[in-house]
Amino acid sequence: MSSTNNHDEYWKANLKLMGILLSIWFVVSFVCGILLVDVLNQIQFAGFKLGFWMAQQGSLYVFLLLIWIYVKRMNTLDKHFDVEE
Amino acid sequence: MELKTLTIVVVVLSFALYIGIAIWSKARSTGDFYVAGKGVNPIANGMATAADWMSAASFISMAGIIAFAGYDASVYLMGWTGGYVLLALLLAPYLRKFGKFTVPQFIGDRYYSKTARIVAVVCLIIISFTYVAGQMRGVGIVFSRFLEVEILTGLIIGMGIVFFYAVLGGMKGITYTQVAQYCVLIFAYMVPAIFISLQATGNPIPQLAFGSEMTGEGMYLLSKLDSVVQSLGFTEYTEGSKSTVDVFFITAALMVGTAGLPHVIVRFFTVPKVADARKSAFWALLFISILYTTAPAVGALGRMNLIETIQPGEVGTATGNIEYSQKPAWFNTWEQTGLLTFEDKNGDGRIQYYNDKNEAFKAKADSYGWQGNELKVDRDIMVLANPEIAQLPNWVIALVAAGGIAAALSTAAGLLLVISAAISHDLVKGVFVPQISEKKELMVGRMAAAFAVLVAGYLGYNPPGFVAQVVALAFGLAASSLFPAILLGIFSKKANKTGAIAGMIVGIVFTLSYIIYFKFMHLELNNAEHWWFGISPEGIGTLGMMLNFAVAIIVSKVTAPPPAEIQHLVESIRVPKALS
Repeated sequence: MSSTNNHDEYWKANLKLMGILLSIWFVVSFVCGILLVDVLNQIQFAGFKLGFWMAQQGSLYVFLLLIWIYVKRMNTLDKHFDVEE
Repeated sequence: MELKTLTIVVVVLSFALYIGIAIWSKARSTGDFYVAGKGVNPIANGMATAADWMSAASFISMAGIIAFAGYDASVYLMGWTGGYVLLALLLAPYLRKFGKFTVPQFIGDRYYSKTARIVAVVCLIIISFTYVAGQMRGVGIVFSRFLEVEILTGLIIGMGIVFFYAVLGGMKGITYTQVAQYCVLIFAYMVPAIFISLQATGNPIPQLAFGSEMTGEGMYLLSKLDSVVQSLGFTEYTEGSKSTVDVFFITAALMVGTAGLPHVIVRFFTVPKVADARKSAFWALLFISILYTTAPAVGALGRMNLIETIQPGEVGTATGNIEYSQKPAWFNTWEQTGLLTFEDKNGDGRIQYYNDKNEAFKAKADSYGWQGNELKVDRDIMVLANPEIAQLPNWVIALVAAGGIAAALSTAAGLLLVISAAISHDLVKGVFVPQISEKKELMVGRMAAAFAVLVAGYLGYNPPGFVAQVVALAFGLAASSLFPAILLGIFSKKANKTGAIAGMIVGIVFTLSYIIYFKFMHLELNNAEHWWFGISPEGIGTLGMMLNFAVAIIVSKVTAPPPAEIQHLVESIRVPKALS
């Protein structure tokens, strides 16, 4: 029974982490790159309009970062809940 | 050495490499054939996934699409990379834990139903054949452009190579050839991109050159491009012309479709552990992003280069446009291939390139004495002509040819393998002849791969409609059929077989009908006025996916819940450790 509880906790922690990361995923691509692109395009940095840069470069870098964080956090969670393979 | 000879030498050397790898990694068991014995290192799998994923369209056409569509092309950049976040977080680790060979097998086991498995096989085959037809066409085109052979000849050579290593080596052979193909294609893509960036902005890193000032002009590349294209009647480069709704739906369909493509998912079955599946999703996206963040820079620089060549002087002045007789050498080469065509409509001996579809710009064009756009540019030229525009040595041009072929072959092989696995493992072993021996199953797998190569070759030679568009549609089909069934299978213990089957059927039938209606039956109605909610056929997969989810959830609620052992199965795939 304790192992089932342990697995439930692990699953909850996983869902929470996923929820946070997927919210960021949605914000950088759909919100910054599409819905608010015209607003963000008012901001200029280096030779880029911010909205355009988010759509063609920035969101891709954030996607990579999100997966990297997920890999690291899940490895820690696997250890913490003792569910490693 | 002459360019053509050099190209042949480089391409033949790359083929020898792939064949060598295929012989070295011959599949000896069904485990080797379907999932490379689950022994692939996560970084190598990341590379193989990147090559599997990046097709001829990514390598040859994407930068050109961006060059001419500007902001609107962002749907491809975000759509085709954002899907990896979904894969890494929602699918890959759990499917790896499930630990079998194919996607339909997961659906069949999770939904305790042979019918569900067969429906999944049908969806998989529709998706993969739509996709592979475009790849074989790509192989033929690359061959014919660089080696000046007929498309059919190119197609047959390409089929022969894929046949050899996919049939012999199965997933194991494909994996290691894809690793080699990734190295070839990324090197071939980056070398010209770096030189072009350096020449235009003094910064060798394309991602930075994209936001830099043009050498000796004190003006940012993108600001200049915005004003120059506007002065020729085009939409500003960094602004879009598609509706926000459509951009939103297309991006979503491409993202979810990426996560639902069987030939991509199955790559995550080949690593040893669950943790490796997550890790290799990271490596895959890293390797893909190297090309995907470079492509917009290549696109913008290419468009700038093209306009500056055609329009060296001020827009509208009598001598503002280049004289046809003064055109650069690369212009000549590509005119011969038909990728560039010039027609002197106003008879002034100079080339005018502008947007003659823009009614508001017409008065201005008339006042300049322009009588229509005189230059037709195929978008593929942005990548293919890059080495010549940047005046790079011949070996770089030869390398670009090898890179284009590598991109097309690697994707085709991955697709053919999932098709053959669906036939031999899901249909023959799973449904019709369960008692078949492993040796016989392996033979059936090889025969199915051979058969799939032939069908793909035929579809490549007689493509159904516009190939490039057909490929983009495969994503909508994947998003609306397989993705919801897999996702619910992992995240809901209540999703049952009736729900999953009904959902998949409703999703794919709806999406397919919408596409066929607008793309094949009523092309004349294919515009925002007639689309539902302003969603184009490219984006309709998102709506199909929502329908699939809705139907699956509602039907599961009103029919019998899954048996206890299925709930146990779901619990076991959610944790990496083996449950007793």
